[in-house]
Amino acid sequence: MEKPLTAMLQPDGQPLDMAGYERAGGYQALRKALTMQPEAITAEVKRSKLRGRGGGGFSTGRKWEAVPHDAPRPRYLVVNADEMEPGSFKDRLLLEQTPHQMIESVIISAFAIQAEIAYIFVRAEYVRSLSALARALAEAQARGYVGADILGSGFALTIHVHASGGRYICGESSALLTALEGRRPLPRSRPPRSAQSGLWGKPSVVNNVETLCCVPHIVERGADWFLGLSRCADGGTKLFGMSGRVKRPGLYELPLGTPLIEILEEHAAGMQDGYQCRAVLPGGASTAFVMREDFYVAMDYDAVKTVGSGLGTGNVMALDDRRCPIGLLRNLEHFFAQESCGWCTPCRDGLPWVERILAAIEAGEGEPEDIETLARHVDFLGPDFTFCDLAPGAMQPLGSGLKYFRAEFEQHVNEKRCPWHESAGGWA
Amino acid sequence: MLTAEAEPLDAALRAQIADLAQHAEFSRAACTDALKLVQKRYGYVSDRHLDEVAALIGMTPAELDGVATFYNLIFRRPVGRHVILLCDSNVCWVMGEAGARAQIRERLGILPGETTADGRFTLLPIVCLGHCDHAPAMMVDDDQYGDLNPERLEAILDRYA
Repeated sequence: MEKPLTAMLQPDGQPLDMAGYERAGGYQALRKALTMQPEAITAEVKRSKLRGRGGGGFSTGRKWEAVPHDAPRPRYLVVNADEMEPGSFKDRLLLEQTPHQMIESVIISAFAIQAEIAYIFVRAEYVRSLSALARALAEAQARGYVGADILGSGFALTIHVHASGGRYICGESSALLTALEGRRPLPRSRPPRSAQSGLWGKPSVVNNVETLCCVPHIVERGADWFLGLSRCADGGTKLFGMSGRVKRPGLYELPLGTPLIEILEEHAAGMQDGYQCRAVLPGGASTAFVMREDFYVAMDYDAVKTVGSGLGTGNVMALDDRRCPIGLLRNLEHFFAQESCGWCTPCRDGLPWVERILAAIEAGEGEPEDIETLARHVDFLGPDFTFCDLAPGAMQPLGSGLKYFRAEFEQHVNEKRCPWHESAGGWA
Repeated sequence: MLTAEAEPLDAALRAQIADLAQHAEFSRAACTDALKLVQKRYGYVSDRHLDEVAALIGMTPAELDGVATFYNLIFRRPVGRHVILLCDSNVCWVMGEAGARAQIRERLGILPGETTADGRFTLLPIVCLGHCDHAPAMMVDDDQYGDLNPERLEAILDRYA
C-alpha cells in the first residue's frame, strides 16, 4: 500500500534536510511542474479528484479554476496551517516532519494558479512546525527554489510563514485572510469568494496543509495513479487519526474510503481493555456522532454523509462507555461558545445558552423542557442563520447527540444526577 | 515582576518593529508579530507599549487593541514566568484532563486564568493542541508534553519550579 504523504518520515521523527529530501526524490515534481503549462497542472489536479482535507471537501482543482485568467495581481496562495479543529492532529505531523514537502507543494500550487506571493498561516502553539518550516524555507531560498526566476523558468515566488495569535476562527478561510491583513479576524461575507477578492482585495486561494501536500505527488505520478490510491470515487490517501481509549492512538495514512471499523479495530487495535466504544466523532468537534451500528461506513466524503455525519478532518475520536455523553457535549459546546468571534447574534448568544443548559443537565439541574430548548437551538443555529460555519458545526454533535443519547438526556433530567458522576473530575 | 510596563519600549525593539512594518506588504499586517515581540521581551503587552506599537505601525491604539484582545495568546495583563497551557478540548476531556487540572490546583494553588503568588506560573486553558494521540496534553512555554499522568505531571512541574 502506497503512502505518498508519509513516505519520507524518519524513524527519529526529525525532518529531512534539503540534501536528504532531494536524495529521496524531493523537488523532482517541482522541476517537472515548471515545464508544464499552469492550466495543465490545475487540470490534472482536478482530474485526480483531490478534495479539501481540512473539512470542507471542496474540489481543489475547481477552487483553483475559480481564479479568473485576467485576475489582477498580485495573486495569493494561502496555506491554512491553523489546525485547531478539536481532535485533529494530522497537519502538525506534515509540518513538523515533512516541511520540504510542504514548501515544494506551495511552490507548485502557486505556479499552477500563477500566484507570486504565498503565506503559510500556522497556529502559534505549533512551535516545532514553525521552526521546521523556517529552516526548510531558508534552504529552499538558498537552493533557488523560492525567489526570483525559479530554476530559470521566469516564475517568481515569495513565501511568508505567519504565526497566528490564537483563536479557532482564524481557521475559517476568510477570517484567516482578515487576520493576515492585521485586522480583527472576523469572517467575511460572501460573495465575493476569495478567488475573486481575498487578501487585500486580490485573488486568493486558501488550501489546507494535507490537501496541498498531495499536489507534488499528483504532478509527478499523474491523476490516474492518485485515483487508484483510494477505495472510493475521490482520489488519494488520507491521514486518518484515532484518539480516545484505543490501544494504539495515532495517525494512519490509508486509502480514502477505508472503513471506519478497519481504522478503529485494525490500525488502532481496538479499545483498551475494559472500555467499549459507544460512538465516534469521525472528523473533529464539528462532525455528528457516528454510532456503533454504522461503523462499517467507508471514510470518504460521500459515504460518511449517508450515516448523517461528515468526513471533516478524518481524525476520529472514540467515546467510550465510561464517559458521559452529556458531559462530552457540554465540553464541545463550551469550546464553540468560547471560540465564537461574537460577530453575529445567534452564535454569540445562542452557544453560551446551549452550554449553560448542558451544564445544568449534567449537574442534575435540568428540566424536561430543556431538551426541547436544545433542539430548537439546533434548528436556529444551523446553516443560513449565521455568518459563517462555526455555529452550524457546533450543532452537528449536539443535534446527533440529542437523537442518539436521548435516553441519557432523559435519565439525567429524571434522576436529577449524572449517572457517570463517579468517573468525572479525575484522571479517568 | 519584571514587566517594566511604565518604561518606553527599548530602542532596539522599536527599530525592529519599525522594520517589520516597513517590510510588510501593508504595515498593519505586521501588528501580530510586533505584539509578540513586545510580549517576548516584557512578558505581556501593557497599555503604554500598545500605544507605542500602534504609532509605529500606523494604527490607532483602539484598532490595535481590537486585534490584541481578540487573540488568546497575546497577553494584555502580566503573566507568570512560565505559562502552562492545559488542553481542555474533547479528547483530553475524555482522557482525564480534569485530573491534571486538579493536581495543578493542589500543587500550585491556581485555577485556570490565575497566577501563583510568587509569579512563577500562570495556568491557562487552551483548545486542542493537536497532540490527541498523547492526551492529556499541555504546553509549558514553548515545550509540549503529552501522556500526562500524576507522576509525569509532577516531574514536569519540578523542572520549572
